[in-house]
Amino acid sequence: MIRDSDGAARRALSGYGGYVLGFISLFVIWQLASLYLVSSVLFPPPTVVFRKGVLLVRNGVLLEHLSASLQRILAGFIAGSLLGIPIGLAMGSFRPVRRVLEPYTEFLRFIPSVAMITVAVIWFGIGEASKIFLIIYTTIFIVILNTAAGVSAIAPDKIRAAQSLGATRAQIFIHVAMPATVPYILTGMRLAMGNSFTTIVAAELIAANDGLGKMLWDGRLFMLVDEIFVSLVTLGLLGFVVDRMFRWSIYTFAGKYSPAT
Amino acid sequence: MPLVSFLDVEKTYRSLQGVDYPAVEHFNVEIEPGEFFCLLGPSGCGKTTVLKMLAGFETPTTGQILMEGRPVTGASRDRGVVFQGDDSLYGWLTAVENVEFGLRMRHVGKAERRERALRYLELVGLRGQEQKYPAELSGGMKQRIQIARVLVNEPKMLLMDEPFAALDAQTRSLMQVELARIWQATRTTVLFITHDIDEAVTLGKRIGVMRAGPRSQVKGVVEVALNGARSRTDDAFLRYYKAVYEMIRDEVAKSIVGAS
Ligand SMILES: Nc1ncnc2c1ncn2[C@@H]1O[C@H](COP(=O)(O)OP(=O)(O)OP(=O)(O)O)[C@@H](O)[C@H]1O
Ligand SMILES: [Mg+2]
Repeated sequence: MIRDSDGAARRALSGYGGYVLGFISLFVIWQLASLYLVSSVLFPPPTVVFRKGVLLVRNGVLLEHLSASLQRILAGFIAGSLLGIPIGLAMGSFRPVRRVLEPYTEFLRFIPSVAMITVAVIWFGIGEASKIFLIIYTTIFIVILNTAAGVSAIAPDKIRAAQSLGATRAQIFIHVAMPATVPYILTGMRLAMGNSFTTIVAAELIAANDGLGKMLWDGRLFMLVDEIFVSLVTLGLLGFVVDRMFRWSIYTFAGKYSPAT
Repeated sequence: MPLVSFLDVEKTYRSLQGVDYPAVEHFNVEIEPGEFFCLLGPSGCGKTTVLKMLAGFETPTTGQILMEGRPVTGASRDRGVVFQGDDSLYGWLTAVENVEFGLRMRHVGKAERRERALRYLELVGLRGQEQKYPAELSGGMKQRIQIARVLVNEPKMLLMDEPFAALDAQTRSLMQVELARIWQATRTTVLFITHDIDEAVTLGKRIGVMRAGPRSQVKGVVEVALNGARSRTDDAFLRYYKAVYEMIRDEVAKSIVGAS
């Protein structure tokens, strides 16, 4: 009886209950810290930030910046993944392709996307194109690397079994190599999504007319500290939600596409 | 005419350091249609090497392997393979979908291939488990999925590489009984690799005993004239066991001395 309710409590904690508790404690500590520890206008308590946030949602400003950033991330992320997956599959499957493309991936992945901002602005201007280019850039290499690694991690016996069951090369590619690689692809995409957040904020800080990064920059220019905090919290929440969605889909697929089996 | 002939086959592996290792040499064996042939030998003597060459995964360095008089040039659905481990199963497919795999590749209709796959799942005693994923099945069940997956494809021959080696003793002997029953029912030609004398005498119609490597070859073939259910306590069974044991004893000793 006692054990049972104990188990239920632990389950609730490890589920959503745990998150709620964690977030509440985060805000409580923040509130206490800003009231007693560093009581200053430069470190607003969550209540102030929240009120400001509500205001910015009401007048549509926050949503405008949020959707600007989100659209850029999604466009670049989807394009980068759609390019990266087939390239990674080809590199993992065919040695000549790997030989030819590896110099590119191995060279370019060490140039951080933040360092590419200047070039992107020179090439594509301050509009959407430069931001989408940067997100593609930051997405594509991680997706390629993970996909290719996934292909080379396929157990040789999986391929051999298909061969002696009469599958053609094309069938092996579609029915064995691709599904066996799905968990690796999703993991690569999840990492890429994290990078996209870094990149978009950096790019918008430097060159944009809207977006959460621009909001941060304006906040600094005009000393609107609560606005800075609103955009920080928005970034954190947005990232959290998107990452949860990824984890959920990886988890859902993992039952079927788990590489362990 | 034998179904399969190994004609003076040699396989030499070249290590990454460029050193040659002749695993098998002057390897000669003939397997008759419908026969259950066991290949027995100490660890590392080259059993898997022989199976891989017949399967078409590796090519002989010299010599030839013929099947129905034609040289083996690559993997083919004529020779179904049951692998030692279970990582040849497709983790993203259910048990029945794994069994259907070969039929699906040949574009057999959905209803028909499901029906045929279920029939073979029944044959290996896995009816009712068809919707489970490999991760949800025990080691013995997974080996039976492999066997069903190969049988439903109706190969001319079954190649099995120590399929029960990883199972516990009880499960192994159940699986042996099951395999003997399946073989009685289908009469598919089988090349069965094992290092377990008891397993070889239980299942084999003929037992080829291999020498220790390098340059391994078949030392001798023991014909087992036992029919139907074989009991480990029969005098005849023990006689065959002894015959095989005496043939392999020195080879095991050599392989251990050679390795140390
Ligand atoms: N790809 C390879 N490259 C180099 N040497 C190899 C390779 N595969 C096998 N060998 C060597 O060939 C010999 C025979 O190997 P094989 O796997 O055929 O043995 P086995 O009889 O199946 O052994 P076991 O009973 O342990 O499975 C071994 O000495 C092994 O080291
Ligand atoms: Mg072996």
